Amino acid sequence: MQASATAPPRPRPSLGTRWEVFQRRYAPYIFISPFFILFLVFGLFPILFSLYLSFHQWQPASGLGSMKFIGWRNFTDNLTDPTFWQSLRNTGVIALESGVPQHLMAIPLAFAIHTSLKKVQGLVTALYFLPYITSVVAISIIFVTLFSWQYGVINVALNALHQLPLIGGLFPAEKINWLGNRDFIQPAVASVVVWKYVGWNTVLYLSGIQAIPADLYEAASVDGATTRQSFRFITLPLLRPIMFVAITLTLIGNLQLFEEPFILAGDSGGIGNRALTTVMYMFRTYNFYGDAGLAAAMSWLLFILIGALTLVNNRVFGKSRLSGND
Amino acid sequence: MAVDFSTAAPVRPRASTGRPLSRGAAISLLVLGALLTVLPFYFMFVFSTHSRGEIFNLPPPVWFGQHAATNYDSLLARMPFWRNLWNSLYLAIMSTGSTLFFCSLAGYAFAMYTFRFREQLFGVVLATLLIPGALNIVPFALMMQALGWIDAPRSLWVPGMAGAFGIFLMRQYIGSAIPRELVEAARIDGCTEFGIYRRIIVPLCGPALATLGLVTFIASWNNFLGPLIIFRSAQTYPAALALRSLQGLVNTDWGALLVGVVLTVVPLLIVFVFASRQLIAGLTAGATKG
Repeated sequence: MQASATAPPRPRPSLGTRWEVFQRRYAPYIFISPFFILFLVFGLFPILFSLYLSFHQWQPASGLGSMKFIGWRNFTDNLTDPTFWQSLRNTGVIALESGVPQHLMAIPLAFAIHTSLKKVQGLVTALYFLPYITSVVAISIIFVTLFSWQYGVINVALNALHQLPLIGGLFPAEKINWLGNRDFIQPAVASVVVWKYVGWNTVLYLSGIQAIPADLYEAASVDGATTRQSFRFITLPLLRPIMFVAITLTLIGNLQLFEEPFILAGDSGGIGNRALTTVMYMFRTYNFYGDAGLAAAMSWLLFILIGALTLVNNRVFGKSRLSGND
Repeated sequence: MAVDFSTAAPVRPRASTGRPLSRGAAISLLVLGALLTVLPFYFMFVFSTHSRGEIFNLPPPVWFGQHAATNYDSLLARMPFWRNLWNSLYLAIMSTGSTLFFCSLAGYAFAMYTFRFREQLFGVVLATLLIPGALNIVPFALMMQALGWIDAPRSLWVPGMAGAFGIFLMRQYIGSAIPRELVEAARIDGCTEFGIYRRIIVPLCGPALATLGLVTFIASWNNFLGPLIIFRSAQTYPAALALRSLQGLVNTDWGALLVGVVLTVVPLLIVFVFASRQLIAGLTAGATKG
C-alpha cells in the first residue's frame, strides 16, 4: 500500500492513495454512521411524525389523504376523557404499589447477600436475578394460574397461613378473587412486577454496597460508631447515587407498564378497567379504535408526565449525575 | 468482611461492619426470598404435566403429573409451536448478529479515534437512551405498515441494529481494555482502518461481545410488544406472542399453555446457568457504570 508513495514529487495522487487517505480520514464517521442513519429513519423521524400526527385527526385505514389538522383537539379530548384519567390513576397506583416495595425489599436483600454470604454469593444473586431475564408473557401466564380464585396456589397458601396460631390473623380467611375483584387486581399486577424486578434492584444495590471501601467502616468502628450509626452515616449516603439510578429506572419503567397487566388482566384492562395502564389505553386507542392522532397525543402527554416526574426525582435524589462523561 | 477485630480485641467483640441485620435474620430473609423467587418456576414445571382439570383442583397439584405428553400434543394441535420457537430464534440471531457488528464498529470509532464532534455525537447516542419507548409505539406501527414490513421479521431487528446501549458498552470496553499502541502499530504496518477493526479489535473484544450478545439475544427472545404490533398470523408468531394468543382462547387449555411456557422459558434458563455472571454484569452495566 505504501508503494505508490515512492513516485516523483507531488504527483496526482493515484487511486490507491486517494482511497488510503479517504479511509483513514473518514473511517470513524463511516463506522458510526449506521447508528445515525437508523436513528434518523427509525427513531427521530417517527417521533417527529408522531408529534405532527398529534395535531391531526387521522384514521390510518382511510389513507394519508384523510389527515386533517385539528389543532389541540386531540390533547383536549384526551384531557377530558375520564378513561384517560383513570388509566393515569391506575398507572400511578400500580407504579407506587410495585415501585416502593421493590426498593424496600431490595436494599435489605442486598445487605443480607453482602454481609452474610461468601461462597454462594454469585449463586444467590443469580437466583434472585432469574425473573428479570424471563419473558414477561411467560411469567404473567404462570401467575394467572397461581392467582386463580378458587383453586390458585396463592389463595391456598394464604388460607393455610391463616390457620397458624399468633400470626394467622395477618392473613385473609376468605379466598381473594385477585384478578376478578376491582379492589385486588392492582395489587395483584403490582406484586408480579415486584416479583420480577426485586432481583434486578438487589443486584444494583449490591454493586453499590460492594463499592463502599471497607476501611470506612473500620475507621468508624474505631471511633466508636455503632452498627446503626455506620449504616446511617456511611452506607446510606454512599448508596445515594445508585439509589438515584435505580429509582429513576423504576420510575420510567413503571410509568410505561404494559405487558404484565396486558396478560394478567387482558387487553380490556380487567374488571372496572382497574388494570388499564396509560400505555395499554394508548395501544387500544390506536389498535382497536384506529385513532392514530388521539393515540399519538396520548403518548406525548405521557412523555411530558414522565419527563416532569424524572425532573422531580432529579431534584430530590440526584445531583444531576446523568451518565455522560465517564 | 475484611475487618476482623474479634480475635484481637476482646474490648470490642463484634466490630461493626455496616451490617444492619444479624446473620441469622439475614440468612432467613434470603432463604424466604429465594423460595418466593423459585416457586413460580417450580409450579410452571408441575402444572405443565397436569390436565386443566387437575391444575384447577383442591388442593392444587404440588408434584408432577401424568399429562405432559397429552398437553404437548394438545399444544401442537393448537399452535405450530416449534415454528414459533424457530421464529423467536431467528429474530434473536438476526438481531444479535447485526447488533454485535454495528455496535462494536461504532464503539471502536468512539473509543479509539479523535475526530471532530466526537463528544457531541456520542452525547446524541446517549441521549437516545432517554427517549421513552412508549413514544415510539404508534409511529413504529404506522411506519412498518407504510413500508409493507408487517409480518416481516426484519421490522423487529433492523431498527435496533446499532442501539445506543450496545455502542456505549463496546466503547467502554474497547477504551479500557485495548491499548492504543496496538492500533497505532497495525496502522503503521499498513492495515486499513476496517482491517484494524477486524484483525485487532474484534479478536480482543471477546468478553464484551459475549455480554452484549447475551443481553441482545434475551431482549429479542422476550420481546412482546414489537411482535404484537407486527405479526398477524400464527405461522409468523414468535413464541411469546403464540403463548398470548393461546391464552386468549375461550376455554384455554392451561396444561398445553404451560408446556408452551416451559418450552419458551427453558432455553433461557439454560443460557443463564452457564452465563449468569456475564449477563448480570452486562445488563446492569448501563446503570452502574454511567
